[in-house]
Amino acid sequence: MAEMRFRDALREALREELIRDPRVFLMGEDIGLYGGSYAVTKGLLDEFGPERVLDTPIAESGIVGAGIGAAMGGLRPMVELMTINFSFLALDQIVNSAAKLYYMSNGQINVPMVIRMASGGGSQLAATHSHSLEGLYAHFPGIKVVCPSNPADAKGLLKRAFRDDNTVVFIEHTALYSMKGEVPDDPEFTIEFGKANILREGKDVTIIGYSGSVWQASRAATMLESQEGISAEVIDLRTLRPLDIDTVIASVKKTNRAVIVEDDWKFGGFAGELSAQIMERAFDWLDAPVARVCGKDVPMPYNRNLEFAALPSEEDVVDAVLAML
Amino acid sequence: MAIEVTMPQMGADMTEGALVRWLKQPGDVVKRGDILAEIETDKATVELEAFEAGIVQQLVVAEGETVPVGQVIAILAAPGEVAAVAEPPRLPRPAVRERKVEGGATARPAAPRAPVLEGEADERLRISPVARRIAAEAGLDIRAIAGTGPDGRVLRRDVEDALRAQPLAAASQPTAAPSTPPTPRPTAPALAATTAGRIETASKIRQAIARRMTLSKQTQPHYYLTLDIDMTAALTFREQVNVSASDAQRVSINDLVVKACALALGRHPRFNAEFGDNGLTYHDEINICIGIALDDGLIAPAILHCDEKTLGKIAADAKDLIARAKSGHLKADEYSAGTFTITNLGAYGVEMLIGIINPPQAAILGVGSVLPQAVVRDGAIVVRQVMKVALSADHRVTDGAEGARFIKEIQGILENPASMSL
Repeated sequence: MAEMRFRDALREALREELIRDPRVFLMGEDIGLYGGSYAVTKGLLDEFGPERVLDTPIAESGIVGAGIGAAMGGLRPMVELMTINFSFLALDQIVNSAAKLYYMSNGQINVPMVIRMASGGGSQLAATHSHSLEGLYAHFPGIKVVCPSNPADAKGLLKRAFRDDNTVVFIEHTALYSMKGEVPDDPEFTIEFGKANILREGKDVTIIGYSGSVWQASRAATMLESQEGISAEVIDLRTLRPLDIDTVIASVKKTNRAVIVEDDWKFGGFAGELSAQIMERAFDWLDAPVARVCGKDVPMPYNRNLEFAALPSEEDVVDAVLAML
Repeated sequence: MAIEVTMPQMGADMTEGALVRWLKQPGDVVKRGDILAEIETDKATVELEAFEAGIVQQLVVAEGETVPVGQVIAILAAPGEVAAVAEPPRLPRPAVRERKVEGGATARPAAPRAPVLEGEADERLRISPVARRIAAEAGLDIRAIAGTGPDGRVLRRDVEDALRAQPLAAASQPTAAPSTPPTPRPTAPALAATTAGRIETASKIRQAIARRMTLSKQTQPHYYLTLDIDMTAALTFREQVNVSASDAQRVSINDLVVKACALALGRHPRFNAEFGDNGLTYHDEINICIGIALDDGLIAPAILHCDEKTLGKIAADAKDLIARAKSGHLKADEYSAGTFTITNLGAYGVEMLIGIINPPQAAILGVGSVLPQAVVRDGAIVVRQVMKVALSADHRVTDGAEGARFIKEIQGILENPASMSL
């Protein structure tokens, strides 16, 4: 185990995978010479050379399309998109090609590609650079959606993503890149997809988050315990596709209450999907309607105060829990 | 101002009542004290009096409907007022239970709740799915459970509290049917099925008795004192007063006990009190309940204002009360305003009866038969008419020595009955 930052854990995963599998290569905007917008790929160009670490033009659709072609041809590409907000430019490639080729070719062609993208607000990057769209990708069958919340998970899940035979959308919250944590050194350390992590056990309410929202949930649980004597269970979903609904349902059957926290907009979002599944599978165990604590229904404001007001806070989570009792 | 007439609470355990019959119709002028309707409770049919004068504007609840206590059942317009459009009825919103804060931390203000929409017809019972499931499995009537959740929703904790408050009938009386058996359901759990025998659904009055007696025994620590009272003089006194009494005023032994208790309660007000979270409440009135056996149970309505009534008036009122109890025509106060209870099985030849306190009262006096007994008087054995009484008292309110003084006071009055003629 070594303590490292989230971005360093990601880089370690990339390094180890580049070493382990000669089919792996990386491409994206400014990932080589510049080292990546969030310095995740720093040093990798020097270590692995321009054949395996490729700087590309600013052309999201083109680089994802090239990644699909490479994957179809037998390589294991990782494509970095600077932010999830820019992935809209590549949406047709991701949704119409990467997600569907295996199905449409009757299993003859698969697309083993990792698409990394940064997500989340809180850095005053304004409305076109700050959103959280994990739920959007979770909507489409045919791709996997991974959203780590800490350095160890970031490494274990990214290494696992390279070993998947399907396209994996790997989403990193910008507020977590500098987060420190203990990370296993074992080059074979991976974390299975579809296995949620119970971060904290509790008996009165289940608070569910993923990516950055795990930490609003966790801080809210601490406040609930110290200020209200309420025992909250916190679940980190880790992956939205596949979704570990069994862990969520088992917890809700124990606590009878659920709060879902996400930075994304509430309307039509992933929290609504999860809420519906809880209702479908645990209706007779619910003691209160499932609550959703989500981003406000506005494009992300640039103003710092307004930006924080638009994002869900731990106080919002605490209020949602108290309103259920 | 429109005047809202609500379903009254007649007795601490009443949660709902059925509207049997309207005696006033829209447009009728109502005086204070007029009978508006007949209401059927768990126990009997009672008359609902108007507390304010007005003109009946709307009868909100139809005859035959059962509604929760507190729900608006009629709207009166104040005299001279132009009738306004009536708001549809709303369920009363129960107070939100205070949240427990552990560890001495500062309480956080609760998040504002979405209010129930004004004017919205809101008659559906609010109960969470898990609470509904647990109640169904236990055979609990969810309408009888008070909700403490947001907007009065019945939550899991409310059902669990109700379950804990239920008598442990099945466990403590393995041979008897549970006193509040689950409502029969096609998929009823095996609770009752394991006991062979006939199951009879408990009537409302049986359920009420079960609930109240369990409440008493579970919340009121009883102590008991028994005493022999020499009734020889009292019987002679009774014969004398009955010589000239009208039929209505003919005094029974029980009337003598009621009068004696009324006098003793005036001198020992703690037996005319009740224990609550805020301390003792001393009642201004002395309203003595008398236990009356009915075909299908038991009822204990009160003779009101016993402290202000002569023996003859008590005798007349008791006869009237017994007749109305048997025909199901008691008034609300007679159910709910009692402050002390006398239970007497003397007529059945019972020697001694130790009663269970009628909650939330402080004590009950059990009265046995008056029987000739050999007793020692002045060193000689003589035959006297002896009545055994037993005081059951709430130890939270009084202690044994006080109880002894109180029961001796009753004894003194009955053994020197002339004081009762005052």
